[in-house]
Amino acid sequence: MGGIRAGGDLVARMQMTRGMRLKEAKQYVADKLGVTPFDLSDVAVMTELRDAHGFGRIHSYAISHPWQANLIEAKFNIARVLDVPINCVEKFKERTGLTEPAPR
Amino acid sequence: MEPRIPTRMGDGSIARMTRSEIRADIEEGVAQAVKRAKVEPLTADEQEHLLDIYASPARFVGVDLGDEIVLSCDGSGMKTHATRTQDMQSYEQWMGADMLELCPGDYSLKVVRTILPYEAQRLHDALLCTIAPMQYGIMPNLGLYAKDDGPCENWSTLLPMGKIAEARSSSEEAAEMAVSDAVRMADAMWEAGADAIDFDTTGASGDPEFWATLRATEIIRAKYPTMGVQLGMAGEFVLGMHGELAYDGKRLAGMWPREQLEVVQKAGATMYGPVVNVNTGKSCAWNIARAIAIVKPCMEIAEIPVHMNTGMGVGAVPMFVHPPGDAACRSAKACVDLLRLDGL
Repeated sequence: MGGIRAGGDLVARMQMTRGMRLKEAKQYVADKLGVTPFDLSDVAVMTELRDAHGFGRIHSYAISHPWQANLIEAKFNIARVLDVPINCVEKFKERTGLTEPAPR
Repeated sequence: MEPRIPTRMGDGSIARMTRSEIRADIEEGVAQAVKRAKVEPLTADEQEHLLDIYASPARFVGVDLGDEIVLSCDGSGMKTHATRTQDMQSYEQWMGADMLELCPGDYSLKVVRTILPYEAQRLHDALLCTIAPMQYGIMPNLGLYAKDDGPCENWSTLLPMGKIAEARSSSEEAAEMAVSDAVRMADAMWEAGADAIDFDTTGASGDPEFWATLRATEIIRAKYPTMGVQLGMAGEFVLGMHGELAYDGKRLAGMWPREQLEVVQKAGATMYGPVVNVNTGKSCAWNIARAIAIVKPCMEIAEIPVHMNTGMGVGAVPMFVHPPGDAACRSAKACVDLLRLDGL
């Protein structure tokens, strides 16, 4: 599905961590983003959406976007918009004092 | 006279076959699957669709727009041209990876226990500089727990000596060790921030290994309900190295993909990867027909994503160190079109 070129990473995350079948995962992500499942593989649609939501993107020397969320920042936004806990985001919050550490 | 179409053999070599010959191979592949795995044959329409794909002279074929699936590629962080983290960043940025996988070079479970903190640190840091979901991958590779590589008596040498009870006991001992190591690995990777664990080539050492992986999956998923576990197989049926091990009351030895999926789902895995081995002496058309017939029963009961393994030597992709793209894309399209898979 093109990974972060489009919406492949978002759908993959729902499969990998939630065990959602493909159709269900695509519909879930599409509903959260206000698009159709078809759009999720369309780089033309998803590049703009990723910019708007701060989901990170493909970047190159010639097309840099240093003011946009990227990497771990992008995953914060993905977790919030998709309403899905992302483990490394939760750990980041704990380790920077944004949240209390979870009981071990 | 029928024109000869360039097509691939299971070893990657080019063969020039007529459309009729390709059709005959597809029919034979289906028949072999029916005989061996006791599955239903593919329908005439399905076989005709395979023929259209494999008789096409196109360099590359693809799925229809809108039918794109998720690719779960193993080993994207195994260190090829840069550091493992940079390799995964390349995979994400340049190759459109839907998900990433950090793994040790040896890719075996047993070796990870001695380097666990280093691996967890690498994962922790890599997660801060990537976006796609990231799993930590290993092969259970139970054989490493047997002598001379490990502490347990080697069941592969005990069996030919007729020491069945001793071999079974030894493999059970190794399996328990593997469960412990797998859970400890998952503990560390969860703390590092991992999204999932990938157990790749499960069952390579037979039913004891399959049992160990199912048991580890069950424990990991109970401890970390939001951590994914991908369980990919090593072969099309489970070798009975022990023969009497069961999970959920079902004997593991001899299981084909549908039965494998039943227990994998019971164990709580979030993704399942069936395997059908390539016959290198047959055409890829023969191999894909056989593969799809064997895996098709899975899709009737799938509750979790099914990511069929299509790579070097499995899923009708040639057993060659650099699998030809024309063969790989044909396998992918055939699997997506006929099986309606969740991924590859």
